[in-house]
Amino acid sequence: MPAQASTRKQAPETAKRWRVLTAKVGLDGHDRGVKVVSRALRDAGVEVIYAGLRQTPEMVVEAAIQEDVDAIGVSLHSGAHMTLIPRILELLKERNASDIVVFGGGIIPQDDADALKKMGVVEIFGPGTSLQAIIDFVNHGFKAA
Amino acid sequence: MSLAGALLSGDVRALARAISLAEDRDPQATELVAELQPQTGKAFLVGLTGSPGTGKSTLADALVKVIRDRKQTVGVIAVDPSSPFTGGAVLGDRIRMSRHTLDKGVFIRSMGARGHLGGLAAATREAIHLLDAYGRDVILVETVGVGQSELEISTICDTVVLVLMPESGDAVQTIKAGILEIADVFVINKVDLGGAEKTRRLIQDAIALGPKQAWRPPIVLASAAKEEGIEPVWDAVLAHQAYLTESGALAARRQQRLKQEVVALVAERARDEARRMLDGDTAVGRRLRENRNGKLNPYALAEEVLGQRRPQGGN
Repeated sequence: MPAQASTRKQAPETAKRWRVLTAKVGLDGHDRGVKVVSRALRDAGVEVIYAGLRQTPEMVVEAAIQEDVDAIGVSLHSGAHMTLIPRILELLKERNASDIVVFGGGIIPQDDADALKKMGVVEIFGPGTSLQAIIDFVNHGFKAA
Repeated sequence: MSLAGALLSGDVRALARAISLAEDRDPQATELVAELQPQTGKAFLVGLTGSPGTGKSTLADALVKVIRDRKQTVGVIAVDPSSPFTGGAVLGDRIRMSRHTLDKGVFIRSMGARGHLGGLAAATREAIHLLDAYGRDVILVETVGVGQSELEISTICDTVVLVLMPESGDAVQTIKAGILEIADVFVINKVDLGGAEKTRRLIQDAIALGPKQAWRPPIVLASAAKEEGIEPVWDAVLAHQAYLTESGALAARRQQRLKQEVVALVAERARDEARRMLDGDTAVGRRLRENRNGKLNPYALAEEVLGQRRPQGGN
């Protein structure tokens, strides 16, 4: 058994778990980042539903509702974030599901990140973000630390 | 509108919420399932099980396509393992079923096993009842990737499909007790890999050596990824369903299932209560914590826990 395992707390079977849907939205195939983040969230005790590549905003919102997630994490490297992310927010509103928080990552310029946050995205994690920052974000209940 | 009312009226979000309550072992879920119980018993329950990587999710995706082509609605419950250390999980079965996401006749739910053994999650039974009440015609339950003895699926489904792949063991594997015994339909997936015929013969021999039974499990060769042989898989499942109905075995199976469910519920409550008692400020809990030399007798402690249970049980 690895040394650190003995100090870890056993996960209780019945505790409420955060659930997060992660997805690649749009047409780029750069999925390394979303997979690393999914794994980090898992290690933070989150149930991560990874929806995979080439998801449309409609698919993301439908899956998020069926999976009853607390948050949606989307990864984009295609430059289409100013179209696709607002569309996700809009669909969540239409489905009366704006309580599901949205965060994002990938190649998103700071000005766009600021604009997205004004629209209601809770956080944008750019290149160089530490995994600890993402875990802290989860532990703060999906709010910027 | 109440959650039950919303669920019955076809509200997806209400269904999803109700499943979460069951997963979180919220007492509201128990009440909800009890309230909806009269609306259940109509769905056909099909389990998909097999080792990791044999293609269960891909087969589920292909079966959903066939079932939808035949104008029936589907609910899919896909269970994946949770970390025993953090409780976290990456649930990846949905990826294979992406194309059905926007089909209103398909509801897919991923579940972490959350420490439950046997290949399912503690809340899988409740999720089945909820999808049944929601009005799904067919419910597909996909287990975690199993070994040889995770057989719980056979106690919650009408028909169990065991998904194998070529080169998955020699004749000795096929005479062992366990997983092979619960299959109502065998699928040898990934036939394009070659060696499927040999695996088919091994399984066939294993079935032939067994006791004569009214239902002889068919063996179907398929390639889920290429969507070849999927109609025959579903036809084999339907043949088993017809056999269950005509022979009266369905009623017997459901009776057995009810008993298993009661046992599972009692066991869950008893386990929770035993933990509470041992962790709490009780005589037996204190003795356990004060034990330093490892001399306590677990059998005596268990007797003590059982003896101290409040006569009425309950919460």
